[in-house]
Amino acid sequence: MIEINQVSKWYGSFQVLTDNTTRINTGEVVVVCGPSGSGKSTLIKCVNGLEAFQQGTITVNGVSVGDPATNLAKLRSHVGMVFQHFELFPHMSITENLTIAQTKVLGRSQDEAVSKGLALLDRVGLRAQADKFPGQLSGGQQQRVAIARALAMDPICMLFDEPTSALDPEMINEVLDVMVELAQEGMTMMCVTHEMGFARKVAHRVVFMDHGQIVEDAAKDAFFGTPRSERAQQFLSKILNH
Amino acid sequence: MYEFDWSSIPGALPLLAKGLMVTFEVTLTAIVVGIVWGTLLAVARLSSNKLVSFAAASYVNLFRSVPLVMVILWFYLIVPQLLRSVFGDALGDIRLASALIAFSLFEAAYYSEIIRAGIQSVARGQIAAGLALGMTYAQTMRLVVLPQAFRNMTPLLLTQAVILFQDTSLVYVIGLSDFFGTAYKVGDRDGRLVELLLFAGAIYFIISFAASQLVKRLESRYAR
Repeated sequence: MIEINQVSKWYGSFQVLTDNTTRINTGEVVVVCGPSGSGKSTLIKCVNGLEAFQQGTITVNGVSVGDPATNLAKLRSHVGMVFQHFELFPHMSITENLTIAQTKVLGRSQDEAVSKGLALLDRVGLRAQADKFPGQLSGGQQQRVAIARALAMDPICMLFDEPTSALDPEMINEVLDVMVELAQEGMTMMCVTHEMGFARKVAHRVVFMDHGQIVEDAAKDAFFGTPRSERAQQFLSKILNH
Repeated sequence: MYEFDWSSIPGALPLLAKGLMVTFEVTLTAIVVGIVWGTLLAVARLSSNKLVSFAAASYVNLFRSVPLVMVILWFYLIVPQLLRSVFGDALGDIRLASALIAFSLFEAAYYSEIIRAGIQSVARGQIAAGLALGMTYAQTMRLVVLPQAFRNMTPLLLTQAVILFQDTSLVYVIGLSDFFGTAYKVGDRDGRLVELLLFAGAIYFIISFAASQLVKRLESRYAR
């Protein structure tokens, strides 16, 4: 589904990504972790072309992201993305948030978009909030709406960029529950997150990044059992033993 | 001691009202065209295309670096000839047409700076979110960024409109009978310039002050 092949990226002369290669197969859930500043968020933003990269190739469902001829808007319309800071549109109601891209991008009718949006809102347990505005919802609720908004586009895969990092601790689980459910339904997911509990529960593979490079790319059990790299071992011991 | 004589004002009220309508016409046209054109300039200035952004920046810097009075005069000297060569002599008041164009183009430069700041006040993540949903850059601007930007900058836009309302009095340099111009002409005619200008000043003050108070109330409502 997603193939990342020797991708490198520079900001001016500063290299932020170095020769990264990995792949995410259809139906697979891959967790990308690593210390902050390791380039994991940058890498996931390259996957849907929100960030440009200078070397290597990324293909999503066979479409090359870096190719200037690619219609990025069309590609993004079926690659869902969830952001650290939710990024709901504050000037629109929850329902409008869920329908705007369906109608303007996919060309669905208003009725169709609303019923789809409300069904997904129901699924994330927020049907009662349909007429509210994002500012009236808690962080956890906003992030669940953001997930529903992405799902409303019928994505072929989902990208999560630290979806729980901006949340109060007591709200993390309500978001993770939605993600776990999604993973168990077979959604292809690439998740940048520090939630190792989530990784243990549903990830097939774990990718560990440091200094802009993929240091470890292993099946879940291998990663949590005996990570090969010392850097990954240090990282794991730090975030698991507290 | 100067003796005030206000007697020439009541009879001149219809004329003055007509002048006030011209003032409003110039103000409203410049606001509407200025905001539309200013929005385009602001988006162009933020464009990643160097040429487009340079062209917009040059326009804005040019108009912000020359006195408004000169712009009004220049357009009065250029626009009539241009319009005449297109439409012949069938035109109405050429002075009004040139004033409308001069003010619209001049105000667009100021509005574009306000709007640019407004666009930049919207979090960058909002653009990313729009794009990630498959919207084009233009759709993201129109549906996501600009509505939020305008909301943030409504008080500034209105404040600029109040300044503009006062600045329209500068059209007297091309002899256009706006409110100020009419007051001046009536006062000159009746030898009652001081009274007429005091009266005109009072009206400008009342309208501008009331508008400013309105903006203040709006501001505190938005700040809540």
